[in-house]
Amino acid sequence: MMGVGVAATMAAFLLALSLAAITIAGRRSAPSIIYGLSGAACVVLALAAIIALATRAEATSLTVPIGLPWLGAHLVQDALSAVFLALLGIGGAMASFYAIGYGRHEHEPQRVLPFFPGFLGAMTLVVLAGDAFTFLLSWEIMSLLSWALVLAHHRDEGSRSAGYLYLVMAGFGTMVLLLAFGLMAGAQGSYEFAAIRAVERSPGIAALVFGLMVVGAGSKAGLVPLHVWLPVAHPAAPSHVSALMSGVMTKVAVYGFIRVAFDLAGPVEWWMSPIIIVIGVATAVMGILFAIMDDDGKRILAYSTIENIGVIFAALGLALAFQANGMHALAALAMTAALLHAMNHMMFKSLLFMVMGAVLNATGRRDLDGLGGLIHRMPVTAFLALVGVTAISALPPLNGFVSEWLLFQTVLQSPQLPQPALQFMVPAAGGLLALAAALAAACFVRFYGVAFLGRARSGDVAGAIETDRWSLGAMAALAALCVLAGILPGYLIDLIAPAVDIIVGARILPQGGNAWLTLVPVADVRSSYSGFLVMVFVAVTGSAVAWLVHRLASQRLRRGPAWDCGFPNADPITQYGGGSFAQPIRRVMASVLAAHETVTMPPPGDPGPARHTAGVEDLAWSRLYLPLASAVTGTTIRLNALQFLTIRRYLGLVFASLILLLVGLAIWN
Amino acid sequence: MHDYAFDIAHLLAGSLVLVSFLLIYQDRLFALLNVFALQALLLAMAVAWQAYIQGAHHLYASAAIALVFKAVIVPWALHRMVRRLGIHRDVETVVGVVPTMLAGMGLVALSILLMLQLTAAAENALAREDLAFALSVILLGMLMMVTRRNAVSQVVGFMSLENGLILAATGAQGMPFVVEISIAFSVLIAMIVIGVFLFRIRERFDSVDIEALDHFRGERR
Repeated sequence: MMGVGVAATMAAFLLALSLAAITIAGRRSAPSIIYGLSGAACVVLALAAIIALATRAEATSLTVPIGLPWLGAHLVQDALSAVFLALLGIGGAMASFYAIGYGRHEHEPQRVLPFFPGFLGAMTLVVLAGDAFTFLLSWEIMSLLSWALVLAHHRDEGSRSAGYLYLVMAGFGTMVLLLAFGLMAGAQGSYEFAAIRAVERSPGIAALVFGLMVVGAGSKAGLVPLHVWLPVAHPAAPSHVSALMSGVMTKVAVYGFIRVAFDLAGPVEWWMSPIIIVIGVATAVMGILFAIMDDDGKRILAYSTIENIGVIFAALGLALAFQANGMHALAALAMTAALLHAMNHMMFKSLLFMVMGAVLNATGRRDLDGLGGLIHRMPVTAFLALVGVTAISALPPLNGFVSEWLLFQTVLQSPQLPQPALQFMVPAAGGLLALAAALAAACFVRFYGVAFLGRARSGDVAGAIETDRWSLGAMAALAALCVLAGILPGYLIDLIAPAVDIIVGARILPQGGNAWLTLVPVADVRSSYSGFLVMVFVAVTGSAVAWLVHRLASQRLRRGPAWDCGFPNADPITQYGGGSFAQPIRRVMASVLAAHETVTMPPPGDPGPARHTAGVEDLAWSRLYLPLASAVTGTTIRLNALQFLTIRRYLGLVFASLILLLVGLAIWN
Repeated sequence: MHDYAFDIAHLLAGSLVLVSFLLIYQDRLFALLNVFALQALLLAMAVAWQAYIQGAHHLYASAAIALVFKAVIVPWALHRMVRRLGIHRDVETVVGVVPTMLAGMGLVALSILLMLQLTAAAENALAREDLAFALSVILLGMLMMVTRRNAVSQVVGFMSLENGLILAATGAQGMPFVVEISIAFSVLIAMIVIGVFLFRIRERFDSVDIEALDHFRGERR
């Protein structure tokens, strides 16, 4: 009662705060009050969830007489909910505290404030939901409020079309989820999760539910090819909301998938797992490839979210494969990797979106080629950004490395799987995941290098100043969490172990007591990793190298040539830029990216410049969405004529359909 | 006795269908209204016969309602309306009479085929055939509504459709009396409403041709 009570109270408080925000949104002090209270509620939420996890609290439930009269709203908090509540609480608290500073720059705070706390509250309710009705209702509220937040800058044409696309995809996703839950409830129509769990369903129905869940939750999480809305909608929102959408909302979708696929839908068949692994891997590779090609800082982060969701789903697919074969310990390993990566991604992706928000505020730009040299103007932000990109590039000793390493440890166990198809497929998938990880590193070298290093690429950077204290504080807290989770992963893994236990029925070895904070996923002899030792090693060797270089190299007076390969040229465009960085990968991956590159030469004698244009295209758009959209538009235009018939013809239509049905009946009999 | 009962019920229901065809055939409004009165009279007789052979006395009331309202009041009211509105007394058809009659025959064939098939398990042959005839009358009424332009003839089509409903209701034993009464009254009210509308249409457009409404709504045809 205690656990769910606290969480439900916080959810209700956040929703009420949304209503209160409507009335006070116009005041000057409103952002501080609203964001401060949201942040406090999220802190309580996170602490309660972490305490529940640490004390191995039993699942608690609560029934509120709101909603369908015979059903009420069932709220349940078990270990799995608690993990995601902790994730939501931390992400929400940091976004709220960041927004106390960041939100001051908002031109129209009344377009953000009323929706922000409610968005957090709705996500809390999705995670707490204990019946299908509450789940779907909260899911839809979450979608609609985040849609309103995407439209915060509605005067911008791009935001409007992003909002429309998001609304369509969110509506589609909820509809698919509705079908999935309807199938699970069955003819008896019991919507409580406990009752759904007890229903015996045929393999066909279970597979159908599973497929619908992949589409429904996947469209919210951003699985390829349902990802198209994500890179336009997430960046369109204000940055603290982008942080929430990328860091937290996609994880709520992951929660929905885990809850249904592993918990509610019943035992899974092994052949479902390769589907998830393939989709996950494709998502990871495509997401990061598009991230490398993009020039917009926030869109790069959104594409990178797609990549990380792909990694999480690949891990979930592995967990399914092991689970279906009864190898619970290995399923637990894969599930741990998935949950840990979800947690880690929340930390570094929120941090990076906040960094982009700070940069956007300072310079008014988010295109990489308009930034550059920010490390001189915003040194603290630049340092925190460095922590973030190191973490997201999965470099030790930070947290991104730990979860990806665990995932690869799981991949290495695949020869134990009995199905030859999986034995062949999983190592290939592992290879592609490694490719995605390497590309991610390249992507964030590009991101950091072009935006923060070098010289300023536009005049807007010259006026940039360091961002405010609240924003810095929130970013620093997230960076600290990234470091802590990187060097003390064992405690984090022990914390989420109860959740893994209730989903797959096993847990990996306790990690907290290992010597040197070492992580031993399977057995001592196989592999182990100590973030702490790596950090010490990196620190010691790094300092030593720095000292040596400083000692031996810097003190000598050196003279350089005046024209050093043209680089001292005053024009910043001579620097290595984002486009330069992307070019080799664009050429190598030309077929996957549908890359195009043309050079237009002026005719002889014309003094005009030659032009080089290059770009990539998302094949999901041209092959899937545009044909679909034109088919729908064509049909509706044709059906439009039905609006303008005479009364007699309407009667005639009714009559004709009646006759048709009767004839059908006569033939069918 | 039983054979008699069957034959007469059959005869009356069959006549209803025949009169439905007569309705479709008429090209004068007054003749149309007279034929409609005839159909209502036949309906009253059919219902009364059903009351007699089923021994269900409340059906006499249904028959009386049919006789009073549909055979007398409604045709008389429509007569009056047509005269007062000075409506053009031709029935303007959309589809020619002959194709409409052919379509009507097709509909009768369909309903008989369907009903005899669907109720093959039922033992009461009388009810089966009655239902088939009733469905024919309903479909023919709808056909009339669809193929006529004049609002008055659409009203007549609607009323004759309703006659089919009453026939079906009385043919099937055990239909609650309340249902029949409420159908009768709702039809009466529908007629009043439609009548009021006719006056309004006429006031505004100088015609009860419903095409005028379509033009008014700015619609293409």
